[in-house]
Amino acid sequence: MTTTMTASDTDRFVGVFDTFEQALPASGPESLRRQRRQAIERFSHLGFPTLRQEEWRFTNVGPIARTPFSLDVAVDGVTGSSIQAFSYEGTVQLTLVNGRFVPQLSDLDSLPEGIVVCSLGEALEKHPEKVEPHLGRLASFENHPFVALNTAFYGDGVFIWVPRNQVVEEPINLVLVGNPSGDPIAFFPRNLIVSGQSSQVTVVEQYVTVGEGAYLTAPVTEIIAEDNAVVDHYKLQRESTQAFHMATFQLQLGRDSNVSSHSISWGGGLVRNDVNAVLDGQGGEATLNGLYMVEGTQLVDNHMRVDHVAANCDSHELYKGILEGKGRSVFNGRIYVHPGAQKTDAKQTNRNLLISPDALCNSNPQLEIFADDVKCTHGSTVGQLDETAIFYLRSRGIGEEAARSLLTYAFAADIVERIKVGAVRRDLEEFLFRRLPKGDIVRQAV
Amino acid sequence: MSLLEIKNLHAQVEEQEILKGVDLAVNQGEIHAIMGPNGSGKSTLAQVLAGKEEYEVTEGEILYKGQDLLEMAPEERAREGIFMAFQYPVEIPGVSNVYFLKAALNAIRTHRGLEEMDAMDFLVYVREKMKVVKMDEALLNRPVNEGFSGGEKKRNEIFHMSVLDPVLAVLDETDSGLDIDALKIVADGVNSLRSEERAFLVITHYQRLLNYIVPDVVHVLIDGRIVRTGGKDLALELEDKGYAWLEEPLGAAETVST
Ligand SMILES: Nc1ncnc2c1ncn2[C@@H]1O[C@H](COP(=O)(O)OP(=O)(O)OP(=O)(O)O)[C@@H](O)[C@H]1O
Ligand SMILES: [Mg+2]
Repeated sequence: MTTTMTASDTDRFVGVFDTFEQALPASGPESLRRQRRQAIERFSHLGFPTLRQEEWRFTNVGPIARTPFSLDVAVDGVTGSSIQAFSYEGTVQLTLVNGRFVPQLSDLDSLPEGIVVCSLGEALEKHPEKVEPHLGRLASFENHPFVALNTAFYGDGVFIWVPRNQVVEEPINLVLVGNPSGDPIAFFPRNLIVSGQSSQVTVVEQYVTVGEGAYLTAPVTEIIAEDNAVVDHYKLQRESTQAFHMATFQLQLGRDSNVSSHSISWGGGLVRNDVNAVLDGQGGEATLNGLYMVEGTQLVDNHMRVDHVAANCDSHELYKGILEGKGRSVFNGRIYVHPGAQKTDAKQTNRNLLISPDALCNSNPQLEIFADDVKCTHGSTVGQLDETAIFYLRSRGIGEEAARSLLTYAFAADIVERIKVGAVRRDLEEFLFRRLPKGDIVRQAV
Repeated sequence: MSLLEIKNLHAQVEEQEILKGVDLAVNQGEIHAIMGPNGSGKSTLAQVLAGKEEYEVTEGEILYKGQDLLEMAPEERAREGIFMAFQYPVEIPGVSNVYFLKAALNAIRTHRGLEEMDAMDFLVYVREKMKVVKMDEALLNRPVNEGFSGGEKKRNEIFHMSVLDPVLAVLDETDSGLDIDALKIVADGVNSLRSEERAFLVITHYQRLLNYIVPDVVHVLIDGRIVRTGGKDLALELEDKGYAWLEEPLGAAETVST
């Protein structure tokens, strides 16, 4: 096995860029075309990451680099019934298949007045003035090969724009379907969410698989919460274990804004989530929660970076992991307090539950503080189920397996309870009840 | 046949022998008290009865309803009617006190060939039991024992006991650290369950509890052995004299045998 990327791995993507670019619609801002070219140049310079790079020390993307992916994707392989399970009653839904918006599988009927929700392609045609100032300005591809690939190759995505003072009550459900067929495919969804001053919106982003086969999805989602906006974001990673998922989630928080992100990850074979939050205006508050579950040979890598640029901002991060089988997880959390970001209150916690002795977890919290009047804490734990608690439950008549499952569920419960969208919470609960042995007893007992 | 028969029980933890030949027989309808100084092995005996695997039984046997108890998993014992109130009840964050109890009760009922209780019936049933131990409704919906005061934890154990309706209840120092009101509640809980079919093994440090729960038999456990068995007056005697007079002088056994 080699971890060194050969030139040809990188060239595979660089080589098809010209063809890809020529096929793009001629419309759209020239600046974004320029951005694509800069991004592919950057990627050709960076290449795929290796284990020698600090940020990729535990996550071997060799299998991605070695796979000859095709960028030619079909969008007609998914029926409404095959994604029924991911729909939420009465909510606006946008469905992307292999990174392309599919109107027939979407439901925009109950869209409130004033708000713009459409495919990125449509947004670039109809509202370039709303898109151009933001797209690609936040998620930097300078040092991130997958953001570079996304910026070069994004085909489509979702654009959400909420005007100032508008409160969107119902969550907006984005269903991003991977639909592999035959040869491995790669696609790069690009989502942009702009929440205007004093607006409020909730977005659910689900990554799912219909069909069999390997594929790479490397999405970038950028969220801009303008002053005093409230944004709740839920990501459910529930793809098949044949999926490679390399995602970047970029948050920009304006003055007095309040953004929460909940990243739930149980699918995918090799998953990387970069979550970057920049607190740019005073009084901003970011809540970043996550729950990851791995089994078999799954690997989930959560890379968090919170930049406290302005003073008087809060950030709270709680990531929890349940590791079974030969599953692996990586947590890397960096809090960066810039000079002048006084009265920062930053808290970061990563807790891991090792169910199996063969599972492996790496947890690495980091603080970099360049202001003197701040409150920053971080902590990380790796533990097993509490045998005393198991015995206590068994001594009351609960079977051993059920007792273990109950405690595993309880470990996850505080993340589950923080999910405010009922449908998402129920999805996660159902998943846990199905995944955990004797889940029907857990269902009764929680 | 006794409900519980312990014969020559030896148990060790981490290679260290703690129970050194315990003999004890408890009949249905009886309340036995076990008293003894710190570290004499009282909790060890209770934990062995409940099935904690850490304690290794090296010799002897335990028959419960004539069956080999040591062969049974902890949950099987519970389903067969054994309940142990923990000296130090365990806090279990994230697991709701009442829902967990419902799952436990239903596991026991299923084992006994009874129908599972649905949520409505269970709530009615539980409300009734709560009155006995004067449990605060709020404690029902909290995670098991989490943030409970010492007294609340002990009361919660008695509450679990009354819900699960055991045949043999082992109470490990459920009275320790309680004020007199809480102590009376615990005693009332036990007394209200006292019946011809049920038996209790009440482990205590303090004679005071036995003013409220009047035992049929009192045993004194010292250094892993039952050194004295008597009626309820034995407890009063212990209260007066302490344990020293019962402790064998060191090496006495050898002296006698030579
Ligand atoms: N898990 C364990 N590991 C090591 N030693 C133990 C363990 N459990 C008990 N012991 C030891 O066994 C002896 C008996 O302990 P046990 O808890 O049974 O006593 P006890 O009579 O219940 O005491 P107390 O009145 O303090 O509750 C003590 O010396 C104790 O230190
Ligand atoms: Mg004890």
